[in-house]
Amino acid sequence: MNINFSKKELIFQKEVRTFLKEKYSGDIRKKQDSSIPLNRDEMVRWQKILYERGWAAVNWPVEYGGTGWTTIQKYIFENEIGAVNAPEFIPFGVKMVGPIIYSFGNNEQKRRFLPDILSSDVWWCQGYSEPGSGSDLASLRTKAKRQSDHYVVNGVKIWTTLAQYADWIFCLVRTNSDVARRQEGISFLLIDMKTPGVSIKPIITMDGIHEINEVHFENTKVPIENLVGEEGKGWTYGKVLLQHERTNLATVPRSKYRLNQLKKEVVQSKHDGAPLIEDLNFARKLATAEIELKALEYTELRTLAAIATGKAPGAESSILKIKGTVMQQTLDELFLEAAGYYALPYVPNQYDLDFPKSEWIGHGAETESSLQYFNNRKASIYSGSNEIQKNIVSKHVLGL
Amino acid sequence: MDFSLNEEQLMLTDSVSRFIDNDYDFETRQKIAESGKGYSTDLWQTYAELGWTAITFAEEDGGLGGGAIELMVMMEQFGRGLVVEPFLATVILAGGVLKNAASTAQKEKWLVGIIEGQIQAALAFSEPQSRFDIADIATNARIDGAKYVLNGEKNLVLNGGNADLLIIPARTSGLQSDQNGITLFAVSADSPGIDRRCYAMVDAHHAADITFKNVTVDETAILGEVGQGIEPLQTVIDEATLSVCAEAMGIMRTMHDKTVEYSKSRVQFGVPIGTFQALQHRMVDNLMACEQTYSLLLWASMLNASGNPDLRKAISALKYQIGTAGRKVAQEAVQIHGAIGMAWELDIAHYFKRITAIELLFGNADFHLSRYLELS
Repeated sequence: MNINFSKKELIFQKEVRTFLKEKYSGDIRKKQDSSIPLNRDEMVRWQKILYERGWAAVNWPVEYGGTGWTTIQKYIFENEIGAVNAPEFIPFGVKMVGPIIYSFGNNEQKRRFLPDILSSDVWWCQGYSEPGSGSDLASLRTKAKRQSDHYVVNGVKIWTTLAQYADWIFCLVRTNSDVARRQEGISFLLIDMKTPGVSIKPIITMDGIHEINEVHFENTKVPIENLVGEEGKGWTYGKVLLQHERTNLATVPRSKYRLNQLKKEVVQSKHDGAPLIEDLNFARKLATAEIELKALEYTELRTLAAIATGKAPGAESSILKIKGTVMQQTLDELFLEAAGYYALPYVPNQYDLDFPKSEWIGHGAETESSLQYFNNRKASIYSGSNEIQKNIVSKHVLGL
Repeated sequence: MDFSLNEEQLMLTDSVSRFIDNDYDFETRQKIAESGKGYSTDLWQTYAELGWTAITFAEEDGGLGGGAIELMVMMEQFGRGLVVEPFLATVILAGGVLKNAASTAQKEKWLVGIIEGQIQAALAFSEPQSRFDIADIATNARIDGAKYVLNGEKNLVLNGGNADLLIIPARTSGLQSDQNGITLFAVSADSPGIDRRCYAMVDAHHAADITFKNVTVDETAILGEVGQGIEPLQTVIDEATLSVCAEAMGIMRTMHDKTVEYSKSRVQFGVPIGTFQALQHRMVDNLMACEQTYSLLLWASMLNASGNPDLRKAISALKYQIGTAGRKVAQEAVQIHGAIGMAWELDIAHYFKRITAIELLFGNADFHLSRYLELS
């Protein structure tokens, strides 16, 4: 039993660290360090920096632009990215539609779509959930009716992250309602956001920001070339994907980063004249979180080690999702508590470039703590709610 | 053994409740919250006309002589309605200091105006370095002949931007964290030397950070005794803590009820999600949390009404409960609603934000657990 990295792996770790030291810098780094949200341009710029190094799609097969890394190398990479709190890659292109296209799409689709996903020249969003289909996604009702050389799409997708930035959307649509199992009538369709009939309605979230949307399809004509794979197989493709693209599900590196930030902050935060870390109530919660995070780190490592020796990824990934998101939310709570009254002012434009820092209320990160807490209630809801994840574990791991 | 409300208390509950149902629905509340001032000056007059701004003050001061239970039922309804008018700041905090420490002349000058809905007020109970310790006061008042000169900074002054009257605890003697040496000053907000930085809060209320530069007042501004301000200040903060706990109770109950209703109507997998046992059990947990919290609220309110010396400890117990059970019920409500619980368009999100703010106001759960232990 040995958890140390090999000599080769240590060299690789150094390589990643050197890259980050050189390239993760300037205004993007400053914003990340101060918990200031990045804008669209900044997100794309960072992704292009990774692309230029050949590291945009670490999980892709080499033939499509992937890195060919081992499981451990991918783990090291995610670890180093998280340790410095570098921005996370927007997942919809690289982690979701890209793998579906190279796994199930035809050569023309691979040629047409994959390079732009890799280079971040095209921004993708995900059209899955609907107002009536959340946890029960298979009940989705957006219809795609085949007419000669195109589909006519009608319906509404909802909770669509950053659709307002997106160039394209990949959708699960119903091509056949006359099936024994609802899943069998679902197809995977790629839609240009500029297609006539596609419109966006912003949904403002609890924290006051525009992150998610409704996407409406009204008699939207989509060429049949945009169907990925076979009609009626869309659900299967989505499911296959879920079982694979599962690195960094537990978001351990970022949680570690935040825990360290918290320890730094609470040394400064005042409580009865003494630093907050000397408040036994708070210190115990911090220690408990740290223990839980260590446990999660090793649970993830065990999962990766098993995959590295050839075991197929399975429902254990649900455990990582559940625990990883609860860990995030626990840290959100601790940041909120540490901020105290500084969490309460609502100054959303405090992060505009022309807002003078001398006018900030608090130190920036503190007023963000409440907005972060509010926004991240989503983590236990999205990507398969934690309730659904528990159903999956119950059925596929416990056999209940 | 009697937990029932008397006839007047029932009438008051009914009156506030009907106001919320008929005149303060969520849409109305949002319009008011998003308006310039952040609250409705018209409705403030209505509250005065209805006697709500008078309820907790003595009859000889122009009030209605109501007490802890009256305040409790009102604040529960204000929680249910997510009321944004600055009742806490003007009536309970500032009004409370006047009630406890002002002379007859000072009450005539300031309290009458509050009761009649004519003036807005604020109590500056926090400083940038103080966290939840109300005795941690660096703002000082030095003597200059027959005057006092105030210098310092106060932050998160609830309703500080709208206030005509500011009540400022300042240090006339002692070290920064000493309980003794704190003096309460009633200062006109338009006094020279006062600079207010106003902002909205995450719960749609408003506050200000205020700096005092050589703000000069005479001794008629002093409320109570020089250097003895901590007692009335602590009493008022305790009462304010009890009030926001009642408000949080109204929020908890509402979030729980709405979640149960939602689970009966939201259909997934062909059935209402409320039929899933896993969710049923969690909603029962929420119900139990509400009942336990309400029990502590009644206990603390009854101790307040009878002037019981264990009151401070009871308030800490209750505030701890709100910070833990209240937080849990709120999180569960959002989770069971799913993504729609996150949407600005729906009231659940705004109940969540207000109860989060209350969780922090006047000391969070950790602070009050420590205080409970200290008082044990």
